[in-house]
Amino acid sequence: MKTFLMATAAAALCATSAMADVKVGMITTLSGGGAGLGIDVRDGFMLAIAQSGRDDIEVVIEDDQRKPDIAVQLSDKMIQSERVDIMTGIIWSNLAMAVVPAAVNQNVFYLSPNAGPSALAGRGCHQNYFNVAWQNDNLHEAAGAYANEAAYKNSFIMAPNYPAGQDALTGYKRMYGGALAGEVFTKLGQTDYAAEIAQIRASGADSVYFFLPGGMGISFLKQYADSGVDIPVVGPAFSFDQGILQAVGDAAMGVINTSQWNKDIDNPTNAAFVETFQAEYGRLPSLYASQGFDTANLLVSALEKADPSDADAFRDALRAADFDSTRGDFAFGPNHHPVQTIYAREVIQEGDVFTNKIVGVALENHSDAYAADCKM
Amino acid sequence: MSTILVIEQILNGLQFGVMLFLMAAGLTLIFGVMGLINLAHGSLYMVGAFSAAAVAGLTGSFFLGLIAALAAAALAGALIEMVVIRRLYKAAHLDQVLATFALILIFSEGTRWIFGSFPLFLDIPDMLSGPVTLPGGIQYPLYRLTLIVIGLVVAIGLWALIERTRLGIQIRAGENDREMIAALGVDISKLYTIVFALGAALAGLAGGLVGAIQSVQVGMGEPVLILAFVVIVIGGIGSIRGAFIGALLVGLTDTLGGVFLPELFKLFMETGAAQKSGSAIASMGIYILMGIVLVWRPTGLFGARA
Repeated sequence: MKTFLMATAAAALCATSAMADVKVGMITTLSGGGAGLGIDVRDGFMLAIAQSGRDDIEVVIEDDQRKPDIAVQLSDKMIQSERVDIMTGIIWSNLAMAVVPAAVNQNVFYLSPNAGPSALAGRGCHQNYFNVAWQNDNLHEAAGAYANEAAYKNSFIMAPNYPAGQDALTGYKRMYGGALAGEVFTKLGQTDYAAEIAQIRASGADSVYFFLPGGMGISFLKQYADSGVDIPVVGPAFSFDQGILQAVGDAAMGVINTSQWNKDIDNPTNAAFVETFQAEYGRLPSLYASQGFDTANLLVSALEKADPSDADAFRDALRAADFDSTRGDFAFGPNHHPVQTIYAREVIQEGDVFTNKIVGVALENHSDAYAADCKM
Repeated sequence: MSTILVIEQILNGLQFGVMLFLMAAGLTLIFGVMGLINLAHGSLYMVGAFSAAAVAGLTGSFFLGLIAALAAAALAGALIEMVVIRRLYKAAHLDQVLATFALILIFSEGTRWIFGSFPLFLDIPDMLSGPVTLPGGIQYPLYRLTLIVIGLVVAIGLWALIERTRLGIQIRAGENDREMIAALGVDISKLYTIVFALGAALAGLAGGLVGAIQSVQVGMGEPVLILAFVVIVIGGIGSIRGAFIGALLVGLTDTLGGVFLPELFKLFMETGAAQKSGSAIASMGIYILMGIVLVWRPTGLFGARA
């Protein structure tokens, strides 16, 4: 309710500042299932814009309802009638694939705060496309690397049967050196995992790796905890972010997950981000919020150096990534995706609140498997 | 593949089936008695889950939460029947679909407005948590066994209500000839409100029960709604017995198909590809079942009307 009012107020403020010099179009998911992710990205992004103190940046925010067709309509409207210079905000890879290639070919810059499909990292990379979060495979590769470190020899791996799910298992297997006790594709949106848990029990695995974003992960973890199977679980941060953990509760305690960000990464930018985000919105930030925050700060840093109308200079300014990231030092690889350290986190409880703490490094200065294919 | 695993998967299928029955029973009752297609039935399931999570969170008692789920869903059902649905009985099915679809949007955004966009927490009560060991050494979660028992008890209760009580006689009469029972002095609009609230309460109960093992979030009702429609089409629209048999068939087909088809494909494919194609075909399983049933019996297994 409170965030809703603030969003309305923010939108109203933006609408009235007609004098803005730079126009940013944000298309993100603000309603329906998965709205929590878009709201976090938006709130993190707007917090950074507000803290920059610049009143010449106008942000137009629209809700894609997680539907590709609506995202395409919104993007057309933003490019053709709103005439935005920069676009951002998309959460889901299938929506990004529908919007980004067309947008960057119309000379709009696109800064991705989340989705990082492999198609845009390799052969399909573009000079106007920058990903501030990660390439989709990254956190899964980190989980595979962690499994080696933890000396797991026989993993049971599981993901929904759709492109990002298949990429997830590919990413895990790319780094993981052990054998597979089982490999299962679930249905996208599946809510009951009794059948899979029975297979895990019978498989003789020594570890379970799963990628089940959003509500799917909540269901799986609760059911897994209740099943009496006690094989250790590893996952990417998506099933253990701040928005979801409270709904999972005790069932997530102690689980190791991989993330490029956590609230205890020790640098002044991150400490200030966590504190001001909490003061502004009354909740702890998630990794999505940190990605939105970093995206906006990257944008502001580039605007300090060049105007988007001078595309080459602005692109160079973005590529330099000369801003204070919540992740510490931030650098882009040749395909405009981050080269970054990915951590292993453990779910802990602080008072009544479930959250994560960093317990180790899974992959240091990691790029992605597609960078070599990118010719820009 | 061991016998234990097979038995465990059959139990999983049964548990899924009886929960589907709770959803499908209300849906089929409402269609049978009032001739109304209620797309908002999934929203009532969501109302149940959210009420259970909110009350359980406040009081710390799962059982109070379940009572709240029943009450809130029944209340919401009675309310939308009196305010919206009542105007639709004479309307075409397309108008009903449009209006009840609007209700889905109103319920979803209304719930988000009250509870926010992040999923709520609802957990299994301590006394029902953890696995129990069944004869034969099968470890099975106690809560899922409880769900099977509750589902069967509700099914028997519903059968007794329809077959053995005065209200049941009126409901059955209403299905056959609504003008005639109105002429006999039964307050038909009150009967409709009661039937609608009863259907809603069953959906709310399912929402509260299932919410404890799944995620309580906006939009959780729609995937279940689609399955419930498949169930009532298979069982025969308007038939409670059909809904029961249909729900068990769908539950078992979906669960066992998802496990055994990939295993079957592994016999002649390599593992990764077998998983991918096996699970893709398994997810079509219930629709293939529906197709076969409809070819064999166009009105469903126990459907009376054409």
